[in-house]
Amino acid sequence: MKLELRGITKRFGSLVANDHIDLVVEPGEIHSLLGENGAGKSTLMNVLYGLYSADEGDILLDSVVQKFKGPGDAMAAGIGMVHQHFMLIPVFTVAENVVLGNEPTGALGILDLDSARKRVREISDRFGFDIDPDAIVEDLPVGSQQRVEIIKALARDAKVLVLDEPTAVLTPQETDELMGIMRGLATAGTSIVFITHKLREVQAVADRITVIRLGAVVGDAKPTDSAEKLATMMVGRAVDLGVNKKKAVLGSTGLSVKGLTVIGDGSLKVVDDVTFDVRGGEVLAIAGVQGNGQTELAEALVGLREPSAGKILLGDLDITDSSVREIIDAGVGYIPEDRKKDGLVGDFTIAENLMLNKSFGPPWAKGVQIDFANRDRLADELIAEFDVRTPGRETMAKQLSGGNQQKVVVARELGRDLNLFIASQPTRGVDVGSIEFIHERIIATRDAGKPVVIISTELDEVTGLADRIAVMYRGRIVGIVDASTSRETLGRMMAGATV
Amino acid sequence: MSTASNDSFARVDARVSYKTPIVMAAFALVVGIAFGLFGKPEAVTFQWSNPEDFIHIPDFVVASNLVGMVVGVILLIIAALAFVRARAARTTPLWLNLIFGLFAVVALLGWLAAGNNVPFAFILGNAVVLAVPIALGAMGGIMSERVGVVNIAIEGQLLTGAFLAAVVGSLTDNLYFGLIAAMVGAALLSMVLASFAIVYLVDQIIVGVVLNVLILGITNFLYSQWLSADGQNSNFPGTFDIIPIPGLSSIPILGPALFESRITTYLTYLIIPALWFILFKTKLGLRARAVGEHPLAADTVGINVARTRFWWVTLGGVVAGLGGAALTIGSVGAFGRGMSGGQGFIALAVVILGRWHPFAAAAAALLFGFSIILRVWANQVSPGIPTDFITMVPYVVTLIAVVGFVGRVRAPAADGQPYIKG
Repeated sequence: MKLELRGITKRFGSLVANDHIDLVVEPGEIHSLLGENGAGKSTLMNVLYGLYSADEGDILLDSVVQKFKGPGDAMAAGIGMVHQHFMLIPVFTVAENVVLGNEPTGALGILDLDSARKRVREISDRFGFDIDPDAIVEDLPVGSQQRVEIIKALARDAKVLVLDEPTAVLTPQETDELMGIMRGLATAGTSIVFITHKLREVQAVADRITVIRLGAVVGDAKPTDSAEKLATMMVGRAVDLGVNKKKAVLGSTGLSVKGLTVIGDGSLKVVDDVTFDVRGGEVLAIAGVQGNGQTELAEALVGLREPSAGKILLGDLDITDSSVREIIDAGVGYIPEDRKKDGLVGDFTIAENLMLNKSFGPPWAKGVQIDFANRDRLADELIAEFDVRTPGRETMAKQLSGGNQQKVVVARELGRDLNLFIASQPTRGVDVGSIEFIHERIIATRDAGKPVVIISTELDEVTGLADRIAVMYRGRIVGIVDASTSRETLGRMMAGATV
Repeated sequence: MSTASNDSFARVDARVSYKTPIVMAAFALVVGIAFGLFGKPEAVTFQWSNPEDFIHIPDFVVASNLVGMVVGVILLIIAALAFVRARAARTTPLWLNLIFGLFAVVALLGWLAAGNNVPFAFILGNAVVLAVPIALGAMGGIMSERVGVVNIAIEGQLLTGAFLAAVVGSLTDNLYFGLIAAMVGAALLSMVLASFAIVYLVDQIIVGVVLNVLILGITNFLYSQWLSADGQNSNFPGTFDIIPIPGLSSIPILGPALFESRITTYLTYLIIPALWFILFKTKLGLRARAVGEHPLAADTVGINVARTRFWWVTLGGVVAGLGGAALTIGSVGAFGRGMSGGQGFIALAVVILGRWHPFAAAAAALLFGFSIILRVWANQVSPGIPTDFITMVPYVVTLIAVVGFVGRVRAPAADGQPYIKG
């Protein structure tokens, strides 16, 4: 089926998320939509899927104009979508999820789960998915959940399949498998729209590329175009894709973790006997697929989670059982992975957010009172130093873009003298300009002789920043390797293979 | 943001927990010593069935303290079984907890009724009648919470149903009109809740509380201004006839208790399995549960979240209204000021205790019905004993059952959360 978007425009208040976007996807083609976070890719796809209604423009399928009132209409017309955040009911079985909204029934509306199971098996076998229709979705690994999403779309006879940032949650090997699946589907005649910001994947799988920036189409590109050219189109200026850093000058051991174990919900060892050292002037990156215990490890290090066993030593100081405030006072800076939930208070001003970690004493407070004059001066200094693009220190944090919000968090944590810096997903959902800036600051912290721990699921970020890489899988550290280790090896480790 | 998914981590070695056997042993000792050693020597008569029943099981007469002794020993044996299981790092199964509870209750009844009778059929029958409004309120609550709307207003719906059933039944001289009025009235109340919660996104708890206060005020006002003066005309509906079901009502013990009842009770018997069937076996139920678990996901497959929520909450109101009618025309035959007396809130607790499942909630409702009748009956046979103490016993038994029953209690994931479309 041929998909055509003509002049799609979508506004949210004064913000133009999509500005007259044109797109043509031929039958059986893998068409990649390349753009930064916040460029308007997901908005465009939600318009296509009927979740948002466009302010202007038309959607055409095989040259017929469509009017979608909701996702039901889009699905009926043959559009299937695999969302970035899966649209699956965690407590339902695979079969129930696949038929939801389109259920085969007998008399009295009684569910016919047998024919649902048959349908799942049929599609699963046809494309080699290996999915059990009776498995409960929340028990499946993320890669399999994504296949359930694809089965769900195919079970509704989707002729156009939209994949929104599908590789964000996958290991490199799972990514390769997904690309195989995409090619198989395209060969079978399905048109595929592949939304991503990862150049490597675009070059590997796309037939054609459309680049969008700030809500508008910048132009078309070919997969054979160089990564530099694609990045320049995507960002709007020449970007340096690598991270420049000098050779590490190692100091004494700054952080020492011994046999750390953390029990999560349901008596699971989410951090299982983890041991590593980080020396001053070195970046240790913790790599791994999302949800393998990295979050819990970071939270244990900064006192947000109580370890059930093990020791955490900051230099000679034992901080295993210290409170969060004691750990902050000991000079530990921490960027949490979800800045909206844990990093910032959205309804506070930038100045208020900048003083959150040291609100109880100088230089921000005097006695029981906030030292307003001093606070405003310090806030302005930090805003300037960390290049936060804002009308002023009194702007609400939630009004800033993702990149600027993250710079506020980075400014707060790096704006004082540290003995250890921990950053969890420091550049998630951040524009390329801010990524470059944040990476520079992280390297500068390392070069100032501080121990740095980076937790990231982005392999490019890990290999760019790290001096050594520890790979985490199912709560354990599979191995700690040099930063020059190949992607293939790292990918195998992320799937649990030891070196 | 994301925490670990389930099967991927090593499990902590199962820890040996002696909680259950210790609590059990303590109870066994209390029963054995208080009801046995220091029990009353008078004879107690366990009446299994009524003399006029089709199959009559002879009464069982035994000394009260002997019952305490024997049951105390049995309970100790069960505690020992639980101890053996705990040593092997296994939990005590639910059925063993239930048997423990049943025996403990028998000992309590035997102790209370020393020198008197224990009429099982009477106690069970009344427990069922008293459980009906709670059970129906809980079914309404389940219907509402399964689609993600917390319904605090069950209390108000019971009261509305009770009031309208009595008044309309009286004025029209037809109890069925009263029944219908109760269901319609409570459903309208649900529609108010649903509109505020779904369309205007007002906090569901606040709307529910306001509705409860409003209904209490209105019914109190109408009662004092109108019903108390004009009771003969407007508040004298009578009750539905008791209809024995042929055959079933002859089953010993259970028959007279369960199958010699009013239509409100029989409707409850139908509604509970019907709700289970619809929720778990039909397309409607699958969609409803999807809406309560992950409304955005339901929306993306073309399910209308707002409409689904609205109608399930409304139908939940119909069921709760029926429960209200059971309070008046299914039981005492007249409306009294604030007569729901917190049973709507008990129904809320029953929803949670019953894990949002119709059968488990029905069992929990029966337990509460039992505790109410136990207090009334204990007052008669054994005056002198503080009734608050007696009332406490079934809840303590419940606690043990819940502690021993290891499993995940999980509300519908989107329970109480408004769904805002982009």
